[in-house]
Amino acid sequence: MALQSLDITARSATTTPSPGVRETQKVAKLIDVSKCIGCKACQVACMEWNDLRDEIGTNHGVYDNPLDLTDKSWTVMRFSEVEVEQGKLEWLIRKDGCMHCADPGCLKACPAPGAIVQYSNGIVDFHEENCIGCGYCITGCPFNIPRISKKDSKAYKCTLCSDRVSVGMEPACVKTCPTGALVFGSKEDMIQHAEERIVDLKSRGYKNAGLYDPPGVGGTHVMYVLQHADQPQIYNDLPKDPQISLLVELWKGVLKPIMSLGLGLAALTGFLHYVTVGPKETEDD
Amino acid sequence: MKDDDLIERYKPADRANHWLTAITMILLTLSGLALFHPAFFWLTNLFGGGPWTRILHPYIGVVMAVSFWFLAHRFFADNLMTAADWQWMRQLRDVITNHDERLPEVGRFNAGQKLLFWVMIATMLLLLLSGIVIWQPWFAPWFSIGLNRVAVVIHSVSAFALMLGIIVHIYAAYWVRGTIRGMTRGVVPRAWAKHHHPGWYREVSKGAK
Repeated sequence: MALQSLDITARSATTTPSPGVRETQKVAKLIDVSKCIGCKACQVACMEWNDLRDEIGTNHGVYDNPLDLTDKSWTVMRFSEVEVEQGKLEWLIRKDGCMHCADPGCLKACPAPGAIVQYSNGIVDFHEENCIGCGYCITGCPFNIPRISKKDSKAYKCTLCSDRVSVGMEPACVKTCPTGALVFGSKEDMIQHAEERIVDLKSRGYKNAGLYDPPGVGGTHVMYVLQHADQPQIYNDLPKDPQISLLVELWKGVLKPIMSLGLGLAALTGFLHYVTVGPKETEDD
Repeated sequence: MKDDDLIERYKPADRANHWLTAITMILLTLSGLALFHPAFFWLTNLFGGGPWTRILHPYIGVVMAVSFWFLAHRFFADNLMTAADWQWMRQLRDVITNHDERLPEVGRFNAGQKLLFWVMIATMLLLLLSGIVIWQPWFAPWFSIGLNRVAVVIHSVSAFALMLGIIVHIYAAYWVRGTIRGMTRGVVPRAWAKHHHPGWYREVSKGAK
């Protein structure tokens, strides 16, 4: 999504500050898994608001439909049947999509200036007009979220309805959720709301209930209330301690500046060698 | 300088093969750097913008790999390291300070050229394999994200090693006077050959007699 903005905190492949005089409040979407009934109204609202219609797929014998995120399906419900304790089957339904990391791996990996931006409210947004289709965002993302379109080779993902949020509305999925499993507001308020929910869940026997706001990526602007926060992986492989891969950190944090400098120094060394030592000439010349 | 003062060093096919490899490598260096560090992103303009740079880079890479494969065959036998080459390497200080008279006898290629040859074999292989893994949109989706992460690191490190090698190669060609003509026109002066590649010069003169 592209919007003229004065509240940009970070911009991909950009080494100088971006327009950022306007400070906005940090926002967050809270997904309370314990309240989700898997109705997929959020999926519908997402395609409605963003005006996207995915291919009609096939039924794979499970509720997950579509089976995975795509360039046109920016959020999907993932259904897991888990026997958390012996004899106690639980149906865990997780709304998957971009987590809007405070330290976004996609943005770190992206080589195209301004193809990925992070607003001061915490939303991480793709500006597809600047996208070159290299797929580095996929390499950088610890949650396996971005998808490259087969039609235009641009990367797409949830925008957290940055266009709605910028004019004071909540994301479309939140607006439509019939059970209140999705709530949206300032990150501070959402953490407080989550805490109340966790107290309630604990009083009802979910002793490991907790908030998923993983510190490994600096926290996220999409958070989960999980009944079993001690084992997020049972929610269809939600990573327990997500972080930007060390390989990506090595690539973009260390090799990128050092090797670029190294090439410049190599060329300079050659020049200095020539002006100090001079050429190798044969005696007869 | 009379014509018979010149001796053939590279055949026309050697030269064509070398320069095809060189041109593709320059294009790959420019487009690769453009996608590596934002300071070089402006180089995408040379290729018609960001998406075109991303599209063209891997195809040019395949051309370079194929071209170099032939080049490696041409020069393979002359690039095997000998005991004298290791001695030459140990005397690198004499090499860079132009004390050529102290160096062991050099054949068709000196140890530095041979080292570049082997660096190129290793890095080209790594670049080709890792490049296929990260090739969007064709092959990257076939491989896991974990493998893509390994591949981008291998690709950038091997490209860096190759570029360093090529910077030295280009500089050395300029530094050692009379060398560039060997690869542009295919001929070098007798004195050049006697001075820089005496082992090779002896062989060539023997054949001529």
